[in-house]
Amino acid sequence: MTIIPDEDSLDLHPASVPDYMQVPHMRALQLERLRSTVRRAYLHVELYRQRMDQRNVRPEDIRTLDDVIRLPFTVKADLRDSYPFGLFASPLQEVVRLHASSGTTGKPIVVAYTQHDLAVWTDAMVRTLAACGLGCGDIIQNAYGYGLFTGGLGAHYGAEALGATVVPISGGNTDRQIMVMKDFKVTAICCTPTYFLHLLDRAGEMGISIRELPLRVGVFGAEPWSDSMRSRIEAAGGIKAYDIYGLSEITGPGVGSECRCQAGLHIFEDHFYPEIIDPDSGQPVAEGEEGELVITTLSKHAMPMLRYRTRDISAFVPAPCPCGRTLRRIKRITRRSDDMFIIRGVNVFPSQVESALLAVEGTLPHYQIILRREGGLDQMEVHVEVTPAVFSDKVGALENLHNKLAQSLYQTLGLRVEVRLVAPQALKRSEGKAQRVIDQRNLDK
Amino acid sequence: MKIHQLSLFLENKPSQLTEPCRLLADAGIDIRTLTLADTERFGILRLIVSDWEKGAHLLREAGYVVNVTEVVAVEVPDRPGGLAELLGGFENTGINIEYMYAFTFGHGDTAVLIFRFDNPDAAIERLKSVGINVLGSTEVYRRIEK
Repeated sequence: MTIIPDEDSLDLHPASVPDYMQVPHMRALQLERLRSTVRRAYLHVELYRQRMDQRNVRPEDIRTLDDVIRLPFTVKADLRDSYPFGLFASPLQEVVRLHASSGTTGKPIVVAYTQHDLAVWTDAMVRTLAACGLGCGDIIQNAYGYGLFTGGLGAHYGAEALGATVVPISGGNTDRQIMVMKDFKVTAICCTPTYFLHLLDRAGEMGISIRELPLRVGVFGAEPWSDSMRSRIEAAGGIKAYDIYGLSEITGPGVGSECRCQAGLHIFEDHFYPEIIDPDSGQPVAEGEEGELVITTLSKHAMPMLRYRTRDISAFVPAPCPCGRTLRRIKRITRRSDDMFIIRGVNVFPSQVESALLAVEGTLPHYQIILRREGGLDQMEVHVEVTPAVFSDKVGALENLHNKLAQSLYQTLGLRVEVRLVAPQALKRSEGKAQRVIDQRNLDK
Repeated sequence: MKIHQLSLFLENKPSQLTEPCRLLADAGIDIRTLTLADTERFGILRLIVSDWEKGAHLLREAGYVVNVTEVVAVEVPDRPGGLAELLGGFENTGINIEYMYAFTFGHGDTAVLIFRFDNPDAAIERLKSVGINVLGSTEVYRRIEK
C-alpha cells in the first residue's frame, strides 16, 4: 500500500512519534503497561481485587495481551456505587485534579488524576490535535465547557502543549463565540458537533458566513454524529470536521482521534487498550465485526480502569491507515448499545432518525424523540426545529416539509411516527451532550 | 411598490401570539396589519409593520424564525364587484395568488388589500396596465395616519 505522509510530516510533533511505532514494539509496550496496571489495580482497589479473586485470576496470570479477557469488566454503575473515591488507586495526596460527569440519574461519577495522569492525558490530546492537522500557529477556540466536565480542560492543556494559541472561551454565549471567531481569526474550534450547527445557524442570522472566516478545522466530540452531518458541517462551515473520541471514565477527550484520512479513529494504544465484544455474551467478536467498545487504561495511576464497558458500538478497521499511523482504528461511533429503544417491537437507534431527517433537504438535525404510552400503545413523536433555511411564509411549503419528514422517517424506520415542527430554541440546546430521547413511557403507565 | 412582510413560525399552543406583539410594541413598532395562518400543528403569523428591518432584527434576536417576503398592497374600490374586477385582471396571465388579506382600515370609497403573488413584479405590471393603483409603503402608512 502507499503511505501518504501528513502534509506537515517533516514538522511532526515529537509527541506524535508513538503513533508511528512498529506494531510488535507497541504490543510489547502494551503488555508491560497492562501488567503494571493490573498489579496496581489489584493492590490498591478493593473492587478489582474482589472481582479478580472471584474469577481466580492473579495479576501474574496476565502473561500475554490475550489474557486481558480473563479480567473482569467494569461498568458505569461501579463508578456510581463507589462514589466518590472508592476506585482510586492513589492516595488522595497524590491526586491533583478531580472531574465529575453529570449523572443522568442520581450521583455523578468522579474521576481522579495524578500529575502523571495529567501528563498522559495532555500527551493524548496533543496527538489528537496534531492528527487533526493542527499545530503551532493555529488559533484554537475551545468551546467545550470548562469545569467538572473533562472536555474543556482536556482540550485546553492539549492545545497549549501543542504550541497553539488557545482561546479558552468555554461553552455558551453564542454571539460572543462568533465575534471572537471572526475578530481573533480563529483557525480551529473544539466543541460538540450539534453546538457547531447552532453556531452556523446563529452566524447566518447575524449575517456572518463562517465559510469566509479563516476557520479551517473543527474538532468535534462528546456525542455521536453521522457522516451526513459531517458533509453538511464541512460544506456549510468551509472546514474539515474531525471526529474525536473520549470519555471521562477513561481520561476524557483524547482516547482516539481521526487523522486527515477521516477513515476511522486511531486509538492511542500506548495508553488505552481497546477490545470489541458482543454486548450480550461479553465475548470478543471476530476481527472487523461490530460490537461494544471496551477499554483498559494502560498508563493511568489514580484511577486505572480494567475492561471498562463504554456502551459505544464500533468495530476495528482492519487495514493499516494511509496516514502512516500504526495505531489501530475503530469505526466512528454512531450509536450506543444502550440508547437503542424498542417501539411497537421495532428496534430504533437515534442515529437512524438523524439520517432520515438529514435525507430531507435543508433540515439541520436539531431534533428530539419523545416516547409515550397512550392506551397501552407506544407512541413515538419526533420534534424537529424549524430553521430559517426551511421556513416559508406559505402554509403549503411547511406542510410539504412536514410530510417529507414523516415519509423519510417511515422509510428509514418502517414505522409511522408523529412529526412535529417546533420553534427554534424550543429544544434545549446542548453545550454538552444533546439529550436526544425523552422516554416518558414509564411515567405514563 | 412592493411592501416587506414579516412571517413568523409559531407553535400551535396558547399565548404564542403575545410575545412577538409585545416585543414590537416595546420597540415602538406599529403593526399595520396582520394575518394568522393556522393549521392543526403550527401557525404562521404574517405582519406588515412600520419598520420591517428593525422588526425583523428584533424578532430574530429574540430567537424567532423570521422570513421576509415581498407582497403587494393594492387599492380596491369598496363596492360590490370591486375585488372581482381586480382578480379578473389576472385571468389567463398565469400569475398565481398564494394568499391575500385586507387592511383593517378603509379609506373613503376604497379598501386596501395585501396580495402575496408567486411573481410580484409581473403582478404589479399587470395591475398597472389595467389601471389599478398599487401602493408603496409610504403611501400605505400615510393612509393609516389620515
